[in-house]
Amino acid sequence: MPITWPPKLLRSPAVRVGLSISIATGLYGVSFGALSVTSGLDFWQTMALSFLLFSGGSQFAFIGVVAGGGSGLAAMGAATLLGMRNGIYGMQLNVLLRPRGWRRYAAAQLTIDESTATSTGQADPDEQRRGFWAAGIGIFVLWNAFTAAGALAGSALGDPKQWGLDGAAVAAFLGLLWPRLKGGEPVAIAVVCALATVLAVPFVPAGVPILIAAVVAAVIGWLSHGRQDEGLEPDIDPYTERHPGYQTGTGTNARGAK
Amino acid sequence: MSLWVWLLLACLFAYAWKLVGYLLPASLLQNPRMSRVAGTMTIGLLASLTIVNALATGQALVLDARLGALAAAAAALFLRAPFLVVVLAGAGAAALLRLAGWN
Repeated sequence: MPITWPPKLLRSPAVRVGLSISIATGLYGVSFGALSVTSGLDFWQTMALSFLLFSGGSQFAFIGVVAGGGSGLAAMGAATLLGMRNGIYGMQLNVLLRPRGWRRYAAAQLTIDESTATSTGQADPDEQRRGFWAAGIGIFVLWNAFTAAGALAGSALGDPKQWGLDGAAVAAFLGLLWPRLKGGEPVAIAVVCALATVLAVPFVPAGVPILIAAVVAAVIGWLSHGRQDEGLEPDIDPYTERHPGYQTGTGTNARGAK
Repeated sequence: MSLWVWLLLACLFAYAWKLVGYLLPASLLQNPRMSRVAGTMTIGLLASLTIVNALATGQALVLDARLGALAAAAAALFLRAPFLVVVLAGAGAAALLRLAGWN
């Protein structure tokens, strides 16, 4: 792809979708930063998660377990299990983009729900490539900047409960779950796992009920035959909101396109 | 200090997952069952994290202002509010319920 920066690049529909999804996703980095410091992590631990781990669901999982009094091991376990889907995205993107050399290692770090959805939602290979890098780099920069802003604001708040920040964490997890509940089956999986969690809470150390729910979900996935891409949806779907580069169908349908 | 160790391990494993898709031959990973498990586990983990943060305090199940946050977030999501508004609705509901005296 010849670098024709920036006027021609900004005319690319994929780049425009990538940039608008960057702003939408980057903004909620504020809530991550604020919740992380009120969960007991310090500023640099919060920044390390956004810079090095860089996967919203896993980051919220890590701080969610710590906030609930769970061990570091349980926090790591929940974050790592949630990160498995990024391996599936990496496989899809490797087929589409075929990055070589150092780009492969950079692409891996930028492989998250939103960059994958922006890329796979395009039909033209050049647009797929532009969409991936625009969304990936854009979200990385803004997510880290807004995490820092949120962390600074969060440490200035005082008593987090007075501001309802524990309620904000509940809302954040429901917000991450919601877009993945398309149809009856994912709802059933969510209900079964929520029940398993509630039943486990009194009997095992904090953090462990979440890992039990993960095992229950994995067994359901292993034994049942439903949609292969179930649950693999972005938190903010680039192609269902009215973005300037809107072209193809929903991210879910477009994802199958290879 | 030990939280740093788990945190950095979590970062390392997260990157390992991402890289695995690019480095291993596609044929090895194109097992539909693995995609399926990755998807159902994502749903299960997020559902579990939602309920733990709403009901659990250590090893006890407690009904408090966080339940109001869960309801407010669900209402906001039902009305197709953006993520940040959903989070603010949850915080606002919990804060207001506490102000009204429900811990």
